[in-house]
Amino acid sequence: MSIIVDENTKVIVQGITGNEGAFHAKQMIQYGTRVVGGVTPGKGGQIFNGVPVFNTVRVAVVSTGASVSAIFVPPAFAGDAIMEAVDAGVSLVVCLTEGIPTLDMVAVKQYMKGKDVKLIGPNTPGIISPGKCKIGVMAGYIHKPGRVGIMSRSGTLTYEVVDQLTKMGIGQSTCVGIGGDPIIGLTFVDLLEMFEKDEGTDGVVIIGEIGGRAEEEAAEYFRMNMKKPVVAFIAGLTAPPGRRMGHAGAIVSGGVGSASDKIKALESAGITVVKNPAEIGETVRGRS
Amino acid sequence: MKIHEYQAKGLFRTYNIPVPQGAVAKTTEEAFRIAEEIGKAPFVLKAQVHAGGRGKAGGIRIINRLGDVKNTAAGLLGMTLVTPQTGEEGKPVQALLVEETLPVEKEIYLGIVIDRQRACPVVIASAEGGMEIEKIAAADPEKVLREEVDPAVGLRPFQAGRIFYGLGLDQSLSRRMISVILNLFRLFVEKDCSLAEINPLVVTKSGELVALDAKINLDDNAFYRHQDMESLRDINQENHLEVEASKYNLNYIKLKGNVGCMVNGAGLAMATMDLIKLVGAEPANFLDVGGGATSEMVKQGLKILLYDKDVKMVFINIFGGILRCDTLAEGVVKAVDELIIDLPIVIRLEGTNVEEGRKILAGSGLSFTVATGLKDAAEKVAATLEQLQNVKGVM
Repeated sequence: MSIIVDENTKVIVQGITGNEGAFHAKQMIQYGTRVVGGVTPGKGGQIFNGVPVFNTVRVAVVSTGASVSAIFVPPAFAGDAIMEAVDAGVSLVVCLTEGIPTLDMVAVKQYMKGKDVKLIGPNTPGIISPGKCKIGVMAGYIHKPGRVGIMSRSGTLTYEVVDQLTKMGIGQSTCVGIGGDPIIGLTFVDLLEMFEKDEGTDGVVIIGEIGGRAEEEAAEYFRMNMKKPVVAFIAGLTAPPGRRMGHAGAIVSGGVGSASDKIKALESAGITVVKNPAEIGETVRGRS
Repeated sequence: MKIHEYQAKGLFRTYNIPVPQGAVAKTTEEAFRIAEEIGKAPFVLKAQVHAGGRGKAGGIRIINRLGDVKNTAAGLLGMTLVTPQTGEEGKPVQALLVEETLPVEKEIYLGIVIDRQRACPVVIASAEGGMEIEKIAAADPEKVLREEVDPAVGLRPFQAGRIFYGLGLDQSLSRRMISVILNLFRLFVEKDCSLAEINPLVVTKSGELVALDAKINLDDNAFYRHQDMESLRDINQENHLEVEASKYNLNYIKLKGNVGCMVNGAGLAMATMDLIKLVGAEPANFLDVGGGATSEMVKQGLKILLYDKDVKMVFINIFGGILRCDTLAEGVVKAVDELIIDLPIVIRLEGTNVEEGRKILAGSGLSFTVATGLKDAAEKVAATLEQLQNVKGVM
């Protein structure tokens, strides 16, 4: 079992004829993801990477029956692309784009209110249910099907953790990058709820970082609602305050978002926090 | 991106938010001329740096006689101002804001930021202006007023009104105060700000409402639709290595330690810094060459690292995933060869064709310490440090 996506998930790719979109659509197809179409305005009617291209998301969804859209569209147009996917009635949008203006995301979240749709990202490596479905830019081969759920605000650090687990023989049910931006779709809390209910997940790894309060909220949710074990790592203990550490959302500002506060909140809720990033795999093994 | 107070006040003028009479000076003569134009002493000279805490650091001077303006300006211009927010290296003062002084009756805090959880702008105000809003909030949260903005309709006048009444100001100020709040919100949205703050917004003894200070941070991601805003960047306020790195789209932040690190991806870069600290050393920097690091990025990143003379060893940590490690390893070898690096380098590569990549590193004739996995890398960094300590006594 897994959460959100599996072997039956049908995916379209917005921006499929662009550099990034084309490369990763191909990688996704090779992994076994059911990519059923793509969208590039003005290129409708072409066949690309063996799948049909449409001018609009609505036509793509109606023609293919896709329920998920993966967005590889430049930042200036990505907010609009998310709204187009939402309007077309998909149940999940995965936005890989980095660099979307914050106020565009404010508008996107407003537009999504009351609609039955989930957003992953933006600025995310995507989501993968190993062996079933990969929607994103992560390397498929480092993953292994299994029973640990992973959620993260980072890309390569997630690969690092997955790699440590896989090399120990510990597989993953689903790995989700929630995104490194200040305003994102699904949060740690949303995912904890899904992992807690998922029969195919025995425990969860949270890979957090400085900035915002997502980890504090996850800690509170865990304390009130969860029985499955959770292990966490927070990146950025050595990050200076007031500086944006690469990700738009990774900044300690106004006294909010320091790694030590997050670690304190997680530990006091009963979550095992790993201090050494080289020991995340071992810690998970010890807990399972 | 941060901008200067005088630039923020320029935006305030455009948006009909009252500011003190004054202008920016880059020379002592200009400072004198502006003061002369203001006419009535005392004047205030404010050092323009990208940091708060200027007053206590001596960056804000009140001058009682026109004749003293040049002298004081000469003392400020060219100095390096060190405040609690600049770090010990300080920021250069290359411009002064010369303004009239106003008799202050009351100081108010007014600011707009994005609420990440609620995904909307929020207006924050307090009748206890003049100090940092975090300190007000920590001391007495009830003194902080908040109005969340519905993005569909923007900030409504009734919300601005609610802030006005919450602040307990004299009724005669209502129309002006509401207009300042609404105008600041319009500025926030139209210029894609991540912070717009007036602290303090003052009521003068003569009953005027004036923005005594101004702080605006802009959303870098929105520059493509604000060409005029990018010209407000002052690279002299930034670390020169960070400026150099930004030319190559590298995310670099200079820190105090001496272990240079180069990593792909922000999260892994932070985790790598933390790891360096755990083995008993201090990271010299944060450097993210991008999730999909290329050989060229690695080369540019190495160059930046080597400009930093504090760096005594380098730790390269690339988790490529889809990236081919053999290509990347060739790039690293070439870069190290070209740049003639004689510092010890610990390198950890992971990704497609990793074995071939490690072979290329090992067979390059260069003295790399090749690590497999993060744990091994941490041990090798620690061992290298120990060696340096023993041999050169540099760490």
